[in-house]
Amino acid sequence: GVVRQAMASYQEFIQQNEDRDGVRFSWNLWPSSRLEATRLVVPVSCLFTPLKERPDLPPVQYEPVLCSRANCKAVLNPLCQVDFRAKIWACNFCFQRNPFPPSYAGISEVNQPAELMPQFSTIEYIVQRGATAPLIFLYVVDTCLEEEDLQALKESLQMSLSLLPPNALVGLITFGRMVQVHELSCEGIAKSYVFRGTKDLSSKQIQEMLGLTKPAASAQQGRPVAPQDAAASCRFLQPVHRVDMNLTDLLGELQRDPWPVPQGKRPLRSTGVALTVAVGLLEGTFPNTGARVMLFIGGPPTQGPGMVVGDELKTPIRSWHDIQKDNARHLKKATKYYEAMANRSAVNGHCIDIYACALDQTGLLEMKCLSNLTGGHIVMGDSFNTSLFKQTFQRVFSKDLNGDFRMAFGGVLEIKTSREVKVCGSIGPCVSLNSKGSCVSENEMGIGGTSQWKVCGLNPSTTLGIFFEVVNQHNAPVPQGGRGAIQFVTQYQHSNTQRRIRVTTIARNWADAQSQIQHIESSFDQEAAAVLMARLGVFRAESEEGPDVLRWLDRQLIRLCQKFGQFNKDDPTSFKLSESLSLYPQFMFHLRRSPFLQVFNNSPDESSYYRHHFVRQDLTQSLIMIQPILYSYSFHGPPEPVLLDSSSILPDRILLMDTFFQLVIYHGEDTLADTESTIAQWRKNFKQLLLAPLDDAQEILQTRFPMPRYIDTEHGGSQARFLLSKVNPSQTHNNLYAWGQETGAPILTDDVSLQVFMDHLKKLAVSSSA
Amino acid sequence: MSQQGYVAAPPYSQAQPGMGGYQGGFGGGPAQPLYGHYGGPPQAFAAPPAGMMKSPVSSAAGMPPPPASNQYNPNVQQNGAHPQRYPAPQAASVYGQPLQSPYNSMASMAPPPAQQLTNQMSSMNLGNYAPGPMQSPPPPTSSVQQPFQTSPPQAMGQPQMSPGPQSPHMSPQMSPQQSPMSGPPMGGPPMGGPPMGGPPMGGPPMGGPPMGGPPMGGTPMGGPQMTGPPMAGMGRPFPGPPGPGGFQQPGPGAAGPPGYPQQAGQFGGNMAGHQPGMPGAFPGAPGGMAGPPQKKLDPDSIPSITQVIEDDQVKRGGQVYSTNIRGQIPPLVTTDFTVQDQGNASPRFMRCTTYSLPCTADLAKQCQVPLASIIKPLANLPENETPLYVVNHGETGPIRCNRCKAYMCPYMQFIDGGRRYQCGFCNCVNEVPVFYFQHLDHMGRRVDFYERPELSLGSYEFVATLDYCKNNKPPNPPAYIFMIDVSYNNIKSGLVKLICDELKNLLEHLPSEEGVEASAIKVGFVTYNKVLHFYNVKSALAQPQMMVVSDTAEMFVPLLDGFLVNYQDSRAVISNLLDQIPDMFADTNESETVFVPVIQAGVEAFKAAECSGKLFIFQSSMPTAEAPGKLKNRDDKKLVNTDKEKTLFQPQKGVYEQLSKECVAQGCCVDLFLFPNQYMDIATMADVPSHTGGSVYKYNNFQVETDGEHFLRDLRKDVQKSIGFDAIMRVRTSTGFRATEFFGAIHMNNTTDIEMAAVDCDKALTVEFKHDDTLSEETGAHMQCALLYTTINGQRRLRIHNLSLNCSSQLSELYKSCETDSLINFFSKSACRAILNQPLKTVREILVNQTAHMLACYRKNCASPSAASQLILPDAMKVFPVYINSLMKTAPLVGSTELSTDDRAHQRLLIMGMGVEETQLLLYPRLTPLHNMDVSIKTHPAPVRCSEERLTDSGMFLLENGHSMFLWLGQAIPPDLVQNIFNLPSLAHLQGNMCALPELDNPLSNKVRAIINDLIEKRPNSMKLHIVRQKDKPEMVFRQFLVEDKGLHGGASYMDFLCYVHREIRQLLT
Repeated sequence: GVVRQAMASYQEFIQQNEDRDGVRFSWNLWPSSRLEATRLVVPVSCLFTPLKERPDLPPVQYEPVLCSRANCKAVLNPLCQVDFRAKIWACNFCFQRNPFPPSYAGISEVNQPAELMPQFSTIEYIVQRGATAPLIFLYVVDTCLEEEDLQALKESLQMSLSLLPPNALVGLITFGRMVQVHELSCEGIAKSYVFRGTKDLSSKQIQEMLGLTKPAASAQQGRPVAPQDAAASCRFLQPVHRVDMNLTDLLGELQRDPWPVPQGKRPLRSTGVALTVAVGLLEGTFPNTGARVMLFIGGPPTQGPGMVVGDELKTPIRSWHDIQKDNARHLKKATKYYEAMANRSAVNGHCIDIYACALDQTGLLEMKCLSNLTGGHIVMGDSFNTSLFKQTFQRVFSKDLNGDFRMAFGGVLEIKTSREVKVCGSIGPCVSLNSKGSCVSENEMGIGGTSQWKVCGLNPSTTLGIFFEVVNQHNAPVPQGGRGAIQFVTQYQHSNTQRRIRVTTIARNWADAQSQIQHIESSFDQEAAAVLMARLGVFRAESEEGPDVLRWLDRQLIRLCQKFGQFNKDDPTSFKLSESLSLYPQFMFHLRRSPFLQVFNNSPDESSYYRHHFVRQDLTQSLIMIQPILYSYSFHGPPEPVLLDSSSILPDRILLMDTFFQLVIYHGEDTLADTESTIAQWRKNFKQLLLAPLDDAQEILQTRFPMPRYIDTEHGGSQARFLLSKVNPSQTHNNLYAWGQETGAPILTDDVSLQVFMDHLKKLAVSSSA
Repeated sequence: MSQQGYVAAPPYSQAQPGMGGYQGGFGGGPAQPLYGHYGGPPQAFAAPPAGMMKSPVSSAAGMPPPPASNQYNPNVQQNGAHPQRYPAPQAASVYGQPLQSPYNSMASMAPPPAQQLTNQMSSMNLGNYAPGPMQSPPPPTSSVQQPFQTSPPQAMGQPQMSPGPQSPHMSPQMSPQQSPMSGPPMGGPPMGGPPMGGPPMGGPPMGGPPMGGPPMGGTPMGGPQMTGPPMAGMGRPFPGPPGPGGFQQPGPGAAGPPGYPQQAGQFGGNMAGHQPGMPGAFPGAPGGMAGPPQKKLDPDSIPSITQVIEDDQVKRGGQVYSTNIRGQIPPLVTTDFTVQDQGNASPRFMRCTTYSLPCTADLAKQCQVPLASIIKPLANLPENETPLYVVNHGETGPIRCNRCKAYMCPYMQFIDGGRRYQCGFCNCVNEVPVFYFQHLDHMGRRVDFYERPELSLGSYEFVATLDYCKNNKPPNPPAYIFMIDVSYNNIKSGLVKLICDELKNLLEHLPSEEGVEASAIKVGFVTYNKVLHFYNVKSALAQPQMMVVSDTAEMFVPLLDGFLVNYQDSRAVISNLLDQIPDMFADTNESETVFVPVIQAGVEAFKAAECSGKLFIFQSSMPTAEAPGKLKNRDDKKLVNTDKEKTLFQPQKGVYEQLSKECVAQGCCVDLFLFPNQYMDIATMADVPSHTGGSVYKYNNFQVETDGEHFLRDLRKDVQKSIGFDAIMRVRTSTGFRATEFFGAIHMNNTTDIEMAAVDCDKALTVEFKHDDTLSEETGAHMQCALLYTTINGQRRLRIHNLSLNCSSQLSELYKSCETDSLINFFSKSACRAILNQPLKTVREILVNQTAHMLACYRKNCASPSAASQLILPDAMKVFPVYINSLMKTAPLVGSTELSTDDRAHQRLLIMGMGVEETQLLLYPRLTPLHNMDVSIKTHPAPVRCSEERLTDSGMFLLENGHSMFLWLGQAIPPDLVQNIFNLPSLAHLQGNMCALPELDNPLSNKVRAIINDLIEKRPNSMKLHIVRQKDKPEMVFRQFLVEDKGLHGGASYMDFLCYVHREIRQLLT
C-alpha cells in the first residue's frame, strides 16, 4: 500500500528511486484516467538521468533479452512475470509470452538472472557486437584572439592532449579569415588544407577538397567504420599517442590570424565554415562513431554562412531589444544555418561543444542549437586566460571512480510504456529519432511525436525531462492492483569505446483521483514538478514571447493552487497548501525572476547559455538555478542556510550564494569595518570566519561543471548586484521604513516581493471568478 | 590538295599546302596552257596574284589554269586598280643608261603603259641581259670569284657589295657547291629568280653601300650593269615558250633540265640537288617563267643579307654613333657600334621603319611603307654606354607641358629669356616653374643645358612622385612566385627536382638595381596539381608549412604573412622546403592539373601584399581538372588552310580574357615554362603571358638529360633579366601624326595607354603612326615615349625616350631612310596579329601585295627609268623580299598540317614581343661554317647565306636563329675534325641525343664551344644545341631554317619569290 505510506516515507521513496534509477516523477501515484490527470495541472512527467553514476552497479557482460513482439521489444525486467518451469516470461508492457533464450536454461526461483531482481530495476549491459571505434576529438580553434588569450588557449589545448584517451583520434581545425584543416601525421613540413571563410560547402565538396575519397563500405549508414580503415583514410584524425608531439608543436606554433584588421572593424571570423568543414569531415570519415567537435571562439562569426554580425564595429551585435524589434539582420539566417548543421551532426552521432570566451557576445544565441541538439557543452567566459575556462575545460576530461571518462557518445534513448500511458515528449539535449509507435502520444510536449531520441553526447548528470500522458478513459476501470510501468532503454558508446545498453524499468501505482486525491497530493514531488514545469516554460520561451510564458506559468500555478489549496471561497487569508506543495509557489516566484525566463539585463547569448544548462542538469542543480542557495556565516553559530531574501543581508554576516553559474561571497558591512566596537570581538575568530565560506565555495568550485564564476564582493561593491538581483526584494526603497530597521538591506527595485506575489496568488486562487 | 602532283616525291620534298597557293597562282602546272597564260595578255598576269594566295586551285600542279583564273577574278580587279596608278616604266631606258646616271633615272620613270605590255611579253627577253654577266659567270665555279673581281658591274650580287672583301668569303662556300651542280642548272630554270636578283642589286643597292654618297653615286653604277644581267634571266623565261613544262616535265629543257628533273626528284632528294632554292615555293611560276631555261641564274647575284650585314659592319662597325642629328639612320642591328646619346634615344631603345616621314598622308598612302617605331623601353645597354641618368624634379614631379603632358625634353624651346618654354609636341607655351628657371645663352639655350639630362639627352629617367603611384602609396618591391606543377608527369620526368635544386642556387642571384647589393625582390612558392599548395616560409619557422587550397572554383591565397619573403632572411626554411618538395610528391599519381586558378592565386597574393611581380609557372599538361579555365583538346588539323584556321590561334575567351585584365591591373606578369608531351592549347594558355609582358618557353617531350640544361639556362636568364613592373606607357608625337596601332605583349584599355604588367629588357613593342595633318620638313617630327614603371627595387620611375625624325615631301627620301630590319619587324607583328582574324591566305596575299606595292612605288617615283623587265629595288630595302618570304614560311604563317598547332601558336606569340634584332635573326638565321675557320682569330667566322647550296659534304656548320641551334655535319666530314670536336673516331659513333659538345682541349673544340656559348649567352633565349648529320632524319628540322630555299612545309625559295614579286611589280606598273 502506497496509500498507507506517510509523507515522510514519500521523501524516502523519492530519494531511493532517484538514487537507484535516476528518475524523479512529478507524481508518484498516477491518476487513473486522462481526465483526472489533466486536472492535476502538473503533468505526469519525470526527470531522467540516463547515465546516473552507479558505482555499485557493475554492468553485466551479456545482452538484454527482448520481448519477441516486433513492435514491443521491451527488455526483460523485474516486473515481468516468469514461469520458471516453462522457462517463459510475460512482457509487462504487451503481455506477450516469451520463451527464454537457451542460455537461460538454468534459471529457477533461486537462480535468477540479475535483470529479474528488484534491485536491478536499472541494469547495464555490455554489447559485444561490432567493432569498437576510438573516441574522436576534433578541436576547432578560433585564431582571431588577443595574443594573451590565444596563448592561454594553446596551453589548455596542449594540456588536454595528455588527458585524452591514448587511442583517441584527434584533429585540429583553426580558423580566422580562412579555415585550416591540419594534417597531423606529416614529418618535416606542417600541412594544412585551407578553405575560404565565406563559402558554404556541401559535405561532399569538403571531402573531395580534403582528398578523402570515401570507400563505399564506410558510407553505409549505421555502421561504425573499422578503426584501422578509418585512420588510414583520414590524415586529419590521428591517434593522439602517435601525433601528440607533432600536435603539441603545431599548437605551439599557432599564430594569431595574420590578416590585418582595419581600424573600426572586427576580425573576420569564419566560424560557420569552420564548423561546416568539421561536421563534413566527420560525416564523411566517421559516421555513427562517438566524436566530439570542440569549438573555441573568442568572438562572433563575422563573415560567410552563419555570420552573426558584420565586421563593422559601429554596428553592435544584436541585443534582446533588437530582436524584439525584429531588427537582428542575421539572426534567422544564421540560426537556420546552425540548426541544419546541428541536425546533420546529430544524425551522425557527433556532438559539438562551444567554448566561448569573450567580453562581448559571441553568437551563442544563433549557435546554441549546435550543443543543445547534440548534447555538447557550452561554456561561456570572459577570457581563455581565466581559471573558469581552464578548469572547466580540464573538467571535461574528468574521470569517474573506475578511471573512465565521464562522457558517453551516440546515445539513443527509447521509452516504452504500459498501455495506459503514452509519452508526449522530452526536453533536454536531444533530437527526435521520429520513431512512431503505440506508446507515442499525439499530444506533444517538448520534442515529441517519437519514442526514441538521440543524445549524441551525454554524461552522468545529463538529465532529460520526459512528459507523459495518461490515456486511460475515465470510465474504464483502474487496472486492479495494476501498476503503470515505464522502461527507459539507453544505448550508448561508453568512453572506453564499449557499446552499452542501460535499462531502467519503473512502475507507479494507479490512484483514483476522486477517492484518493490526498494520496495523490502527498505523492507530489514539488521539486521535480517545479523543474519539469520550468523546463516546459523554458521550452516555450524559445518560441514564444516572454510575457506569454509567464502568463502560462502563472495560470498553471493558480490552477494548481485552486486544485490542491484549502481555502474558503473569496477569502485569501484562509488559503493553505499542504506540505507537499508548500514550496512550489516559491519556486515559481523565483523561476519567474530567473534569467531563464527574464531577459532583462541579460544579453541574448547569456540567456541562451543559462537555458542551455538549465535543460540538461539534474534536479538538484536545476533547483539551485531556479532558487539560488544562500548560506550565512557569523559568530553566532555554524553556517546556516538562510532565506533568499533581502532580510538575510545583515552587516555582521558573510553570505555565500550559489546560483549555479555564480558563486558570490558577500561581506556584510561590519565584517569589513575595523571599528572600535567590533574589533575586539572579531579579532579572535576573524580569520576563521573569513575562511569558512571560501572553503565551502572551493568545494563547489572544484566539482561543478561548468565552473561557476567566482565573485568575492562586499557591501557596496559593484559586484554585489549579483546577490541583490537574486534575493527576494522583501525590503525595497519603497517599503523600507514600513519594516523598521535592524533587518536586512533594501533592494533598489520595483520587482514584486515574494510576499506580494503570494498575496496576489492567494487572491486569485480563492477567487470564485477565476 | 596540291600535293598530288608531287606525290611521287619523297615526303619532305613535297610541296606543302602553303606552297600550293603559290603554285596555283602560277598555274603551277606543267601545262602549256599555262604558259600561254603567262605569255598572254596582261590579264593573264593579273590572275597570278590571286594565285598567290594559296588556294584550292593551287592544288594541282598539273591542272591549274582555267579554274584558277576564274576564282581569282576579284583579285584581278584589285590588281587592276594598282596598275593604273603606276604606269609601267619604260623598259629600255634603264638598260641603256650608263652607270653614272642611274640615280636620275630612278627619279623619273614613267614609261607608257603600252610599252609595258610589250615589255612583259617580249621582255621575257632576259636574253638581252643575259648575254653579259649572267650566263657567263655561272658555269665555272671558280669563276665566281672572277666575275666579281674582274668585272664588278656584271656580277650582280657581288659587285654591289664591296667586291673586295666579300668575294673572298663567299667564294669558298659557293665554289664547292656551284662547281658541281649549280653552275649549269642555275642558269637555266631559276631564271625568274636570278634575274630579279640581278636588278635589285644593280640598281639602288649598289649605290648604297659602295658609294659613301647616298643614292647617286652608288646606285647608278650598279644599276645599269647589274640590272642588265638579271633581267636577262627574266627575259628568257617569259618569252620562252614551253617553259612551264619545265616544272613537271623534266623533258623540256634537256640541258637546263638537269636542274629540273632533279628538282622534282630533288625535292625529295633535296639534298642531293643543289637547286633547292628555285623550285620551292613558286614551283609553277618560276618554272613557267624559266621556261626555256638553259641557264640558271647565279644565286649569288641576288641581294644577300649576309652581304648587307657585313657591309654595314665594315662601314659602321666599331664606330661611335652620336644621336645628335635629326632623322639620321642608325647602323643595322647586327652591327657592332657604340651609341652616344646626344639628344635622341639610342637605336637600342627605338628604331623606326623610316627616319624620314612623308609630309602628307597622301604620300604615305601612296608608298604604303608602314610608318612605325619599334620601342624596347628597357633595353640593356652595353657596358661601355652610359646608363640612364635619373632626374628628380622634386615634390611636384617631372615638369610637363600643361596641355599635352609631354615631359621636359630637348624638344622644348625656351623663350622669353628662359621664363617660358614652347612644347615641341603641341606647341603650347608654358611657364617655367620658378625653381626650374635658368637663363639662356646667346644661342637661346639654357646655360644648364649640359647639366640637365632632360635638356640634352634622348633618354633619361624621372623619379616619380606619389601621384604616379597606385593609391598614392609608394610601391612595394615586386615579388617572384614560383609555381610548380607537381603532377605525375613532372615528378616522373625529374623536372620538379631539377627546378627545386636549381632554385636554391638561382635565388642567391636575384636581380637588383645597379648599385644595390641585396635584391629587394620577395619570393614565394606554390606547387599544384589539381589543387594548390602554398608554402609558409617565414624565417621564424622551424620548418615550412604547406597550405592546400582545393577550392579552385574561387581561388584565394590562404596566408599573408610568410608567403612572400625575403630570400636571404628565409634561406634556411626555403632550402628545407625545396629539399622536401620532390619527396613529398614522389608517390603522386595525380595527373590532372589546373591552370587559371594558379594564376589567380598569384594575382591574389600580389593583391594581398600590395605589390606587383612575376609568376614563374612550370606546367606539363593542359589543364583538364574541373576548375575555371579547364580546357579541352580542340586541335584540329583539318582546319589548316581553311577560313577557320584562325581559330587555332585564337585563345578561348571568357575566364582567360578576364584573367589577363586582372593580372595587368595588379601588375602581375606571367612567365610560362611548358613541358608538353602533346597538344596543350598554347593559344589559350599563353594568352595571359602574352598580355602581361610575360614569356612562354616550351620544351617538347622534356627529358632532364637532354633538355635540362637548356631549360635551366632559360630559367636563369629569365629570373635575372632586368625588368620593370606595373608599367604604363604612352607615346606622344608632335602635331601632324600620332600613334594608332600597338603590337606587343601588352594590354590596352583605351587607345593611348599601353599597359604592361611587366616589361623586360628584351620585350619590344611596335607602334604604328598615321598622319593627322601635314608634317613640316622644317621642324621634322618628334616622338616621346614615356614609360611609368616600378623598378625591381620597388621605386616608381618614369623613363623617357625622345626621338626626332625628318619629314620630306620626296618619297625618295623616305625610301632612302628606310630600315629593312624595322620594317620586317612591323610586318611580322602585324601579320601575326592579322592571322587571328583573317584567313592566312589573305594575310599572305596582303604581305606580298604590299611588298610589291612598296617596291613598285619606289620604282615608279624614285628610280631612274629602266626596262620594265628590270627589277629595281631601293637600296635600303634590297633584302626586304628575303625577309618577307621567310616570314611567310614561318610556322604561324605557313599553312601546314605537319606543324604542330602549339608550335605555330607559340611562335606567333613569340614574334609579338620581339625586338628588331630578334625578328631579323629569326627570319634570317645565321649559318656559319666552322670547318674552315681560322681558330686563332677571336671573332666569329662570317656567316653564309641560308641555303643548302652553301653546305658542303665535308663541312660543319652552325645554324642559329635565336630560338634553335644546329650543328650540321656533312657526310664527308674529315675524321680528324670529328675527333677534335667529339672525341669520336667517326660520325657513325655519334649518339643521337647529344646536346652539348664534350670539352676537349684542342683549338678547334675550344673555338667551336666558345662560339656556341657566346651565342647562347648573347641571345635573350637560351638555345638547345641539336647535332644533325647530313642525311639523317633530323636534318629535316634543320632544313626548314634554310630560308633562302624552298620551304619544307611550303613557301617559295628566295629566287622564286623574287621573280614573283617582280612580276607583281610589273603588273602594278602597267
